[in-house]
This record gives sequence, structure tokens and C-alpha cells, in this order.
Amino acid sequence: MKAAIVVFPGTNRERDMAIALRGVTGQAPVMVWHRDTALPAGVDLVVLPGGFSYGDYLRCGAMAAHAPIMTAIREYANRGGHILGVCNGFQILTEAQLLPGALLRNAALRFLSQDCFLRVERDDTPFTRHWAKGDVFRTPMAHGDGNYIAEAETIRALEDSGRVAFRYVAENGRMDAGDPQLNPNGSMNAIAGVFSENLRICGMMPHPEDLVDPLMGGEDGKPLFTGLVEALVG
Amino acid sequence: MSAKAQRPVDEALAREFGLTAEEYGNVLSIMGRTPTFTELGIFSVMWSEHCSYKSSRAFLKTLPTKAPWVIHGPGENAGVVDIGQGLAAIFKMESHNHPSFIEPYQGAATGVGGILRDVFTMGARPVANLNALRFGDPNNPQTRRIVDGVVRGVGGYGNCVGVPTVGGEINFHPAYDGNPLVNAMTVGVARQDRIFLSAAAGIGNPVIYVGSKTGRDGIHGATMSSSEFDEDALAKRPTVQVGDPFVEKLLIEACLELMATDAIVAIQDMGAAGLTSSSVEMAGKGGVGIDLDLDNVPQRERGMTAYEMMLSESQERMLIVLRPDRTEQARAIFDKWELDFAVIGHLTDTGNIVIRHKGEIEAEIPLAPLADQAPVYHRPTAPAQKPQPMEPIIDPVGIEQALIRLIGCPDLASRAWVYNQYDSTVGGQTVRRPGAADAAIVKVEDTDLGLALTTDCTPRYCRADARLGGAQAVAEAWRNITATGARPLAVTDNLNFGSPEKPEVMGQFVDAIAGMGDACRALDFPVVSGNVSLYNETRAPDGTSQSILPTPAIGGLGVLEDVRTAVGLEMPDGCDIMLLGETKGQLGQSIWLREILGSQDGEPPTLDLAAERRNGDFVRGLIQNGTVIACHDVADGGILVAVAEMVMAGQAGCVLESPQSGMRPEAFWFGEDQSRYIVAVRDGQALADLAAAAGVPCRRLGRSGGEGLTLPNGSTISKARLVAVHTEFFPRLMDR
Repeated sequence: MKAAIVVFPGTNRERDMAIALRGVTGQAPVMVWHRDTALPAGVDLVVLPGGFSYGDYLRCGAMAAHAPIMTAIREYANRGGHILGVCNGFQILTEAQLLPGALLRNAALRFLSQDCFLRVERDDTPFTRHWAKGDVFRTPMAHGDGNYIAEAETIRALEDSGRVAFRYVAENGRMDAGDPQLNPNGSMNAIAGVFSENLRICGMMPHPEDLVDPLMGGEDGKPLFTGLVEALVG
Repeated sequence: MSAKAQRPVDEALAREFGLTAEEYGNVLSIMGRTPTFTELGIFSVMWSEHCSYKSSRAFLKTLPTKAPWVIHGPGENAGVVDIGQGLAAIFKMESHNHPSFIEPYQGAATGVGGILRDVFTMGARPVANLNALRFGDPNNPQTRRIVDGVVRGVGGYGNCVGVPTVGGEINFHPAYDGNPLVNAMTVGVARQDRIFLSAAAGIGNPVIYVGSKTGRDGIHGATMSSSEFDEDALAKRPTVQVGDPFVEKLLIEACLELMATDAIVAIQDMGAAGLTSSSVEMAGKGGVGIDLDLDNVPQRERGMTAYEMMLSESQERMLIVLRPDRTEQARAIFDKWELDFAVIGHLTDTGNIVIRHKGEIEAEIPLAPLADQAPVYHRPTAPAQKPQPMEPIIDPVGIEQALIRLIGCPDLASRAWVYNQYDSTVGGQTVRRPGAADAAIVKVEDTDLGLALTTDCTPRYCRADARLGGAQAVAEAWRNITATGARPLAVTDNLNFGSPEKPEVMGQFVDAIAGMGDACRALDFPVVSGNVSLYNETRAPDGTSQSILPTPAIGGLGVLEDVRTAVGLEMPDGCDIMLLGETKGQLGQSIWLREILGSQDGEPPTLDLAAERRNGDFVRGLIQNGTVIACHDVADGGILVAVAEMVMAGQAGCVLESPQSGMRPEAFWFGEDQSRYIVAVRDGQALADLAAAAGVPCRRLGRSGGEGLTLPNGSTISKARLVAVHTEFFPRLMDR
């Protein structure tokens, strides 16, 4: 699988993502600079990793959404390309309106760096095919602005069309959006990740790329990457 | 400030700038004339306590700094040690105490930023941050404000630059009410053949300024950090710098990219005293002169004077001496990262620093006497007051109640509320996160090597006996690294004390260094970098001033050849839980004594450095060969607190047996005897045999398993209750 990781000034989890991708593909991903105007030819997956693009001094991801490379990424999306946005990458995708909704400050108004449990809401996408629907996996999260919000209509449409990818839950799968222990950043419907309409773009706040090695505490995040390889390379 | 710039230079102005009459006299004799306003500013910051170490230098020299694995000891921007495979760990700890009281968020944030620069300026990619924090009484309303700001500042900066914050420590004590301690440590990794130093060389070579623009922030910050606070401390907010972690991140990447070329001759960050200290130190170390034209300095504000630019402590700036033919190559890299890049001067053979601004020479100072004639003081010392002897003890509560109170008390309660605001996983190399082991474990990317990192100090021991406390801080750092299976290599020290002009404080300082030296020598654990912070005092409205507890914070670094062998606190079911090291039941200065009886009396526990080494080397060997499956050193709170921490760290509970120790239960369970470890092993008897052969005291405590912590009397405290009590303190203090 040929993957490209987009690096904005202030991106800081590109190395984590490269390690995760290299681990499952055996191939180092291509790093793409924010001022580039084209993606490398024949890319199977574009990843927008975590960090603080342009310092996130405006709204998180707002500046990056207008970076030169984003024109090529929009075209890639329009052609049906697969895109994964994690953390700041998810924020950028919402700011670029490639995914619906927005990420507000965490409900507790503090940065949260801890493990959380995510429930897989469907298993027939390139991102989730190595899990079964309802599976719960552990993953680190590390963000100050992960509180997912959208208009009621948008939330309803997301729910009705099965475009919620992951939800914050208890270890046993129980969801309670009102419980800060279970839904730590206060996201609507405990949404941790969403899909685009064509299910080829996925954005999520937590960091499965940081849990792909038993040495670092587990491999719970690995199915995301092995599933993508299988889906995109066949 | 510009109005002030018009003032004539005289002794009164020198005093305002923090120079004594005698020091000003030396300035006059060096210069052979009255210095200019800018020159006086340069002398005053270079000769400030913060930059010159004038009260401490003579004593710091006594610390051991060498070992076969030490590549660069004190004197460079950070210490450098060999970790094998051609790689080096570069690390240092530095204080930002005074700014953090005045403006907690920016004070702490720029503390993190400053220490990061000390490390990447030497060519290392920063791989971990730690921080040792000391706050005032939790019941003091100021404490909450300061904790909140400091924690947000540490996180705000570290999270954004993408360096994981993996460890540290926090204490509370009223002595820090008006003077919290923020000691930030950064660890980086570099190739041994690509380490960059600060000594300038090559007459005519260009001097380059990169990073953020210079503004009026932080002017005289170094001088401010070298004096006591008065009641107007908060009015000093304009001397606190403002950090921009985004620019720091760009600066890290740009510098590392430049460092992959052969363009750099010398490089140093602009830290305390900004452009002054960086240019003076780089030229001075290289034995060359330096000529700077401030018109070319990137400026954020209009109308800045030479004095303001030389003394500004604007953050995220570096000074580089380049090979002359590499200027355009370097410029292209900084352009890519959208950072300012300006040629602001060149090296000369005059031995002077010359500062030009708007066609005028604003300063011309011979560098050699500026460095060589910096004041050195042997200030008078006096013995500190010894603590009262302990009264006979009557345990009013029993061990179960005491345990519950101890694990919930401010000094022992869970720090999760704090470290859950720090990104500890970015980089993807964090093997043991905060709280999971006695030292944080970070893998060295693309190798099997691991770094074990810790910060330690027990200020209440230091107050009771500074020499013992200094030794204990070093020993505890060594012990914490050992308890993961790593080999301790070296330390960085951050010596936080009160005013050196108080003889008893100076006495504490001298004694603490002597104790540190004792331990460093006994444990082959040299000091490779460090920082001194004096004048940590708070002046009360009545004019008296209170010194902080003597706090020689130690940052320790160890290496694991194979990071997979590291162990943490988490015990599997069905292990024998054994105690290694001698238990005498010493309760003097213990947390139990303070929390249960409200007493800060007694001698702190004794420290036998030979036993420390013997016990530690024994445990480390057993971790490395897989015999020991989990390990925790016994520290604050004694054995029972340590066992409770092991239960809370994992799934398995623990069933304790009656120790048959012949001593009172509270002395056995809560005494803070040093040099001890609790280990989980499959076969306790086999361990006891090995320990006996090695001359290491060993006794069985119980067995892992069950749902909670079962005390010798059969009473079980569920894990849920332990965790609830343990995690209550911080949210109750901060989220109300």
C-alpha cells in the first residue's frame, strides 16, 4: 500500500503514523509538505496526522484547511480517494468540509491525554473491516479540542446513514454520552470518528497509531491499518 | 524603558541593575571608563546569580562529573552520555521558578521551551520531557491558581511541540506558598558524531540569528530571577517571557535539518539574558571577538534600543556561527520553515564584543575579563536548625486507616489529574507512561535501547539534614532507574534554595552538594549538567522572608540495552511478593508521622550508600535475567503505600502476611528506610537464597492475587476503594 502523510508546520504525530504504516505495509510512507501542490502518483491512502498545524492559534485545523496541498487533497477526495484524518487531521477535514461537524474545546476545558475505549459502529468499511461491529478497542487520546458537535440535522443524517465510525464507550461497550468518564470530551452521541458519504474518508480524534506494538502497551489500534492494507491493496 | 535609557550610568543605577558597589567598581576597572547604559546592562546580567553562578560556582566544582560513558559534562548547554550503538543521550534540567509564580502559565511554558532548546541546540531530537514541581499549601488559595497555570503551561507547550511528557514529581508544602518550583527536564538523542557545541571559531565567520523576532519581553528576567520577591512580585509580570511552542516546533525541525549538513560551526540558544549571554558565551568559549549590528536583528516592536535588544528574553531564538560558504543553504532551510534568518554580525580577532546600532557603537567590552572577573563568592554558612527529636509514638488509627489517609494525602495522591493533561505518547516510543513504573521508559527509535528517566528529591529530608537529603535525592533517582532494570548513567541537578545571603541557607546549599557528591561517587552516577536557582524566598508583609525547603532536584537517566526487559509496578497473579533491603522502622520525617500525628520531627532515615549499591545491583541483575517480574522502590509512605501502589497499577491484588518483625506495625509498614525494593517473583524462597548469598536482606511480604489489598489481619481493602481514595485529591482541589 502506498501511503502519503501530509505534514503541515506544527504537525507532530507524522512519525508515529509512519511507524504504524511501515509496520503493516513494510514500506515507508511518503511525506508530503503542506506547500506541495500535488500528491505523489498512485497513492492508495492519504493520512492527515495529529499535531498543532500552524499552532492552531485560530480554530484547530482552520489554517491547514487552506494550505496549498489541500486543493490536491480535495481533488483526490472527489476522485474517490481514501483519506484518514487523526486528531488534528480530523479537525482539518471538518474545517475543509470533507467531513461534517466540528470539534470544540473538550467539555472539561482541559487537554486530555489518556486511554479511552472505542466501539466500532460498522465493519464494512476499509477502515473498520478488521473489526466486527460492536467490537471495543483501547486507544490513547491526546487533544484539547475533541468535542464533536454538529447541527441536529447533521447528527441525525450521520446516525441514519451509518456514518458514525467510532464511539467513546466503557470497556464493556456501554455508551453514555452524558458520563464524562465514558465520553471524556463531551462529544455529541459520544462520537469519536465519522465517515464521509462514500465511506472513503474517515476522521477520528484518538490515536490508534500509538497502540500498534505490544511494547508500547498493546496492538489494539493495529486492525485499522491491517484492514486498510487489505482493502486498498487487495 | 527608553526614558530610563537616558539616565546617566552611576553606582545607583548599577545597584538598580543588581550589581553591588564592589562589582560596579570592577566594571569600572575593566572598562577604564564609565560604561554605557547598554554595557552596564550586559555586565549586570552576565554577573547576575542566574548567569554567573557567583554564589554556587565554587561548590559545584566539587561534584563528580566524569565517567567513561560521559561525553560532555557541565559547561555545555546540556550533558551528553554514551548510550551505546553510536548514540548519545543529551539532557538537562532547569528551573523557571520566579516567572512561574508571577505568571504561572507563561512561566512554566517558557521553562519547557527553554530546556528543549538547551537540548536540541546540541544536535539531539528531544524525545522526552519531565518536570519536578513544588507548590504551596493546598489550602492556600494562591496554590490552586498556580497549579492550574503551571500544569496548563507545561502541557500547552510540551503537547504542541510534540515531545512526550513522561514523568516528574509534585510536592506540596507551605514553604513554597510564595515561591513555587518549576524544574523542567528534557532528554534528547543524537548520533555521537553529530553533537554540536557552542564555542565560536573562524575569524570572519558569519553570526546568524534564527527563530522568533525580538520584542521587549523578559528584559532583565535573569536579574529578576536572581533576587527575592517583595510584596510587589506580581508587578514584575512584564519581566516574564511569552512562549510560542509552534515556533519552537519549527525551530526544532529547521535546526535538525541544518544539523544534518556540515554548515554549523557553533550554535547556542538565546536563553536567560538572550542575545547577551549567547553571544558573550559563544565568543568567550571560542576565544574570539564578536561584532554585532543590531539593525539586522529581526524586531517585533518599533524603536527598540540596543539595551532592550541585548537584554530581551524573547523566546524561540538561536544564535549560530556558520561556515561562510553555507549561508545560503542555511537560509533556504529556515525559509522553508518560515522562520526569521538574519546575518547579524561576524567573528573578529579583537577579543571584544562590539554592539553597533544605528551607526553608533553602543557597547565594546573585552570578553575575557567579563568572564574571568565575574564575581565568585564564598558566602558565610551556618548550621541549619536541627529538627526536634521524635516524641514517643502512639499510633492513634491503626494501619488500615493510616494507609487510606496516606494514599489520599497531597504528597502521595495520584497525579493522574496532572499527567493526563500532558501528551505522554506522542512519538510512539513511550514504553512505560507516567505512573506505570518507577522511571518512565522511552524506547530509542529504530533501536532496542530504552531510556529510563526520573526526577527525585525529598525536600523534607533536606530540611532536616541537607547533606543526607542531597545524597538521598541522588540515591532515589538511582533506585528508581534501577527498579525498571535500567543501568543508571548520569544525573542533571536543579538546585533550588533560598537566599544565599542567609548563612543557614548557604549552609544547606553547601551540605546538600556534599551529600550529592557522596552519593554520585558511591553510585558511579556523575553530574553532567545542571542549574542553580537561589533567592527562592517569599517576603511577608511584615518584612520577614521565608526560604523554601532546600530542594536539590535530581533528574536521572539510565539505559536499557534491551527495552523489552523493563519492568513496572504491575504484578501478575500468583507471585511471591518480597522485600529487599533492611527495614529498621525509621519514622522520623516520614509522611506517616506528618499526616497521622501532624509532626515534622525526628531525623530522616539513614542512608548507607554501600548497601544502596549492593541492593540495587542485585535487583537490576534479577530484572535483566527475568527473575523479577515487577518492582517498586519503597519511598514516601513506606512498604504499605508501595504495595498499595502496585495493586492500583495493575489487575492483581495482594495478600499480605504478618511480618513477624518484632517492631510496631506502623514502624514496619510506614517507616521510610532507604535502599529497599518490593519485587514480584515466581519463587520467593529461591530469591531469598540468592539474596542471602549476595548479602542483601530479604523478607517475604505476601502473595499477589485476589481483588484488593488484604492486610495481615485479614481485612481487605478493595482496589476500587484504594483507587477512589487515591484519585480524589487533585480533582477535589482543582475542579471545584
